[in-house]
Parts: sequence; C-alpha cells; structure tokens
Amino acid sequence: MSAASEAETRFEREDTRRRWLLSTPALLIILVAAVGPLLVVLLYSFLAPGSYGDVRWQFSSDAWFNVFLERDIFDDTLAPAWAHLSIFWRSMKLAFITTLLTLVFGFPTAYFIATRDERTREIWLFLITIPFWTNLLIRTFALQEVIRQEGLLNTLLLKLGLISQPIPMLFTDFAIGLGMTYVYLPLMVLPLYASMERIDFRIVEAGYDLYASRFGVLRRIIVPLVKPGIIAGSILVFIPSLGAYVTPRVLGGGKSMMLGNLIELQFGQGRNWPLGAALSIALMAIVMIALLFYVRNASRGGPTHG
Amino acid sequence: MARSFSVRAQPGFTTVALICFFLLYLPIATLVVYAFNAGTSIAIWEGFSLRWFHQAWNNSQVIDASIRSVQIATAAAILATICATMAALATTRTRAYRGLTAKYAFINAPLMVPEIVTAVALLIVFSRVKIATGYSGLGYLILAHTAFCIPFAYLPIRARLEAMDLSLETAAADLYATRWQAFRRVTLPLLWPGILAGLMLAFVISLDDVVITEFVKSGGQDTLPTYMLGQLRRVVTPEMNAISTVFLAISILIVTVFFFISRKRDV
Repeated sequence: MSAASEAETRFEREDTRRRWLLSTPALLIILVAAVGPLLVVLLYSFLAPGSYGDVRWQFSSDAWFNVFLERDIFDDTLAPAWAHLSIFWRSMKLAFITTLLTLVFGFPTAYFIATRDERTREIWLFLITIPFWTNLLIRTFALQEVIRQEGLLNTLLLKLGLISQPIPMLFTDFAIGLGMTYVYLPLMVLPLYASMERIDFRIVEAGYDLYASRFGVLRRIIVPLVKPGIIAGSILVFIPSLGAYVTPRVLGGGKSMMLGNLIELQFGQGRNWPLGAALSIALMAIVMIALLFYVRNASRGGPTHG
Repeated sequence: MARSFSVRAQPGFTTVALICFFLLYLPIATLVVYAFNAGTSIAIWEGFSLRWFHQAWNNSQVIDASIRSVQIATAAAILATICATMAALATTRTRAYRGLTAKYAFINAPLMVPEIVTAVALLIVFSRVKIATGYSGLGYLILAHTAFCIPFAYLPIRARLEAMDLSLETAAADLYATRWQAFRRVTLPLLWPGILAGLMLAFVISLDDVVITEFVKSGGQDTLPTYMLGQLRRVVTPEMNAISTVFLAISILIVTVFFFISRKRDV
C-alpha cells in the first residue's frame, strides 16, 4: 500500500472516530430517556403486578394473557377480554376514520395552497403552520367549548331552529373523531403540500390536451404524483391518533376510552403495571407494522419521488 | 392561451380549503373572545372585561406552573440544541460510514414511538431511580424533554448544513485555519439560523408537552399544560380561556419568528 493511501485511510478512520464522539451526547440522552426505557417496558410486561402498583420480580405471562383473554372467576372458563378488545377496536377505528377525514379535507386544502402564486402561498402555508405548532391541549379545549351542550354549535343550531334541544356531542366517539381530525389536520396538509409543490403542471396540461376531464386529471395524474405525500401524511396522522391520550381524555371523558387512556388506567387506579406494559408493547407493535408498511411503499416509489 | 381555462383548478377544492381554514381558526377565535367575557360562563357573553386575566395573574398555581414550564423548556431546548448541532455535524456532508443509518434511525426514534408509551416507560424507570437516589427534582423532566426535543432541533440544523457550501470551509483550511478556527469563524456563523430555528422549535415542543410531563412529574411539579389538564376536570371558567390566550400568543410569536428565519434561503 502506498504511503498516500495509508495516510488517507488513517484520516478517514480519524474522521469517523470524531463523528462518533460528536454524536455521543445525543445518542446517549435518547438511549437513557427514550429508547432504553422501552426495553424495560418489555421486561415489565412479563412480571407479576405488585399489590400497590409497580411489580414483583417474578416471571408471569398473565399480563399478556389478560390483554386478549379473561378467566371467569367462578367457573374458570376462558372468554375473550371484550373490555380490552373493544377499546383496541375503537382506537383502530377512530385512528382510521381520522386519517381518512384528514385526507378528505387536507387534500383540497394542500392543493389550494400549492396552486397559489408565490407570495400568497407563503401566507396560506403560515396559516396552516400556526395550529401545527400551537398547544394541542389548548386546541382540544377550544373545540370542547364549541361542541359542548351550551356551546357555540348547539346555540347556533337552536337559534336557526334546526334543532329543538341541544344535541349531546361531548363525551362520544363522534367528539373524539372530530377532535382528532381537527388537531391532526395540519399533519396531513404539510406533507401533501410538500409533494404537490413539485407537480409539473405541464403534465396536467398535456392531460387536458388529450381530452382528460377534471376528474380524470385528478385521478390519473395528480393523485399518482402526490402518492408519497398521501402515504407520509397518513402515517403522520395514524400513529399519534392510535396512541392519542389528551384528545380522548378531554373530549371522550371516562365513557369513550382509547388505548392511551386504558394504558394510563393500569398505572393509576388499575395498579396493574405489567398489564399496562403489555398494552404499551401491543400499541408499539401496531405502530411498527404501520411504519413497515410506510417504508415498503416509500422505497417502491422510485427516485422521482425523493 | 387566451381562454379562461386554468389547468390548476379543480372544482370545489377552493371551497373546501377555505372552509377548512375557517373551521381551523373558529374554535381558537371563540376561545380568545370568551377570555374577555365579564361573566363566569364560557358560552354566554356578558360584556367585555379583563377580570379573568387579573384572576389568572393572581393565581399563584398558574404563575408557579408557568415559571416551571419556562425553566424546563429553556433548559431542555438549550441541551437538545447543543446535542443536535453536534449530531448534525457528525451525520452530514460525509461519505456513508459504518453506523450512519443506525444513527439517523436512533436520533429520530423518539418521533416514532407513541407519546403514551414513552411516558409509561419513563414513569417505570424514573420511579425506580427516584427511590434509589432520593432525588426528585426537575432533572427528570428536563432529561425527558431533552430526549424528545433532540429530533426536532436536529431537523432544521441538518437541513441548513446540507444546503451549505463546503468550499468555504475548504478555503479556510487552505488559508491555514485550524479545524476549530474554521468551525468558529466559518461554519458556525453560517449555521446560526439553523441552530436558532432548532432552538425555537425545541422550546415550543417542550412547552407544549402534556403526556410525558404528566407521567414523569413528581408531586407539585405541574407545568402549565398539566395544570390545565387537571383543571379541565372541574367546572371551567373563562380563567382557562385567559391562560390559553396568553399561552397561544406566546407560541404564535415564537412560531412567527421561526417561520421567517427558516424561510430565508440565503446562504
């Protein structure tokens, strides 16, 4: 090996070492306060619950068993744990509906922003960014005020004579779905906008030249072009919706629980930490599946979608 | 083309978009309006008054929680930004080296995990550490906030670095600047807008956090959002609106500054 290339290898090795040193603080903090504790949760899901919360150091698969099944205390028969399964089902359903609704409303909104001229586009983009960065709890609280029994919406509907008495909207699945759509809409609009911004409208024009209808252009040209944005936005909305805690707590009350609230319950009044840990891991697993789906679809998109 | 046919138009899209913008701001506007209500209701308007702002200002719990929020957000944002800047320097403008992809994944990991899961995980670990060490100060909250703020601070800093011209630093090295001098005099000044954007993003993210704080905090360590979450269980007066209005104003101010910093594209 020549002296020059040897010096180069040494330089590269030195460079890599320095790069590792530089990233150590960030990696260490994330290890200690984000990723590492997840492994502890996995461990806890295989232990027995302590009488006053926490765990006893004794292997037990009861927590995982209890996620899906329950044993009748009288005759020892097994039955599906409907209480848990129905909450899983509600969480999946609401997360799915939320994703769909944000897509239905977010797509035209993003398209509207992307087709403004340079200057006004900045303003519209700014208007969608503001809710994105303002406190989620405050936005949820704001919506609660609008849909409560004596809130703005009911008052308005009463005054217009459309209803004769206020509709109870708060503390229902409807309220949670509406609330999540409201708070997560910007998460859908921003990635959609990012891929729409790059649309070459000459292709769209070519479509019209070939006698495509408005809808044909939308379906055959625009939607395929922004598919990566649709997938990214859907993932960004689906994951926090599935694990939502604040919105169902404020808008769903104790009646309409989601997975996040069920997990919290195990660490609070439930005093069953292993069950809470197992439920958390189950939630993580669903999120991982969604992410894998995303990675597979994103890599299939090819180089044009960057 | 002389015809009024626009290739960009889609029927109904503008209407839907405008309705979306209207609905996005309607609840926030209502919230702000009722903060100035003279009555005790958050639904019936009884005239203009600043009484609820006075009441919030004189509520020692609100003030304590606000101060704590700002303390945590400041500490976490500074720590996260320092870590993120170093990490960004280590992961950009380089050939692919062993472990680079793993580093990306690791730095962004807090974004992938549902907040409630992280919250529960930290509750489990920190409750043990609290018993073992006897320390139960704000350190836990600052550490937790720093961890989830790092990916947010990392984003704009990395973007800025990747858009930067490497030749300037090469020129500095050609002129016999040491590595540190080149960093201090060339890289850092150019990177500054990215760092500032990262700092503000991290600050806002930390300030907004509810779930992780709710699980990690010890008794008497309420931040403003967890205090508000607790209050929502009771009968709500316009005092909540007043607190929210001030909180919103501060967030919007920071976001506005951030927006204009990150939109400036001159390097």
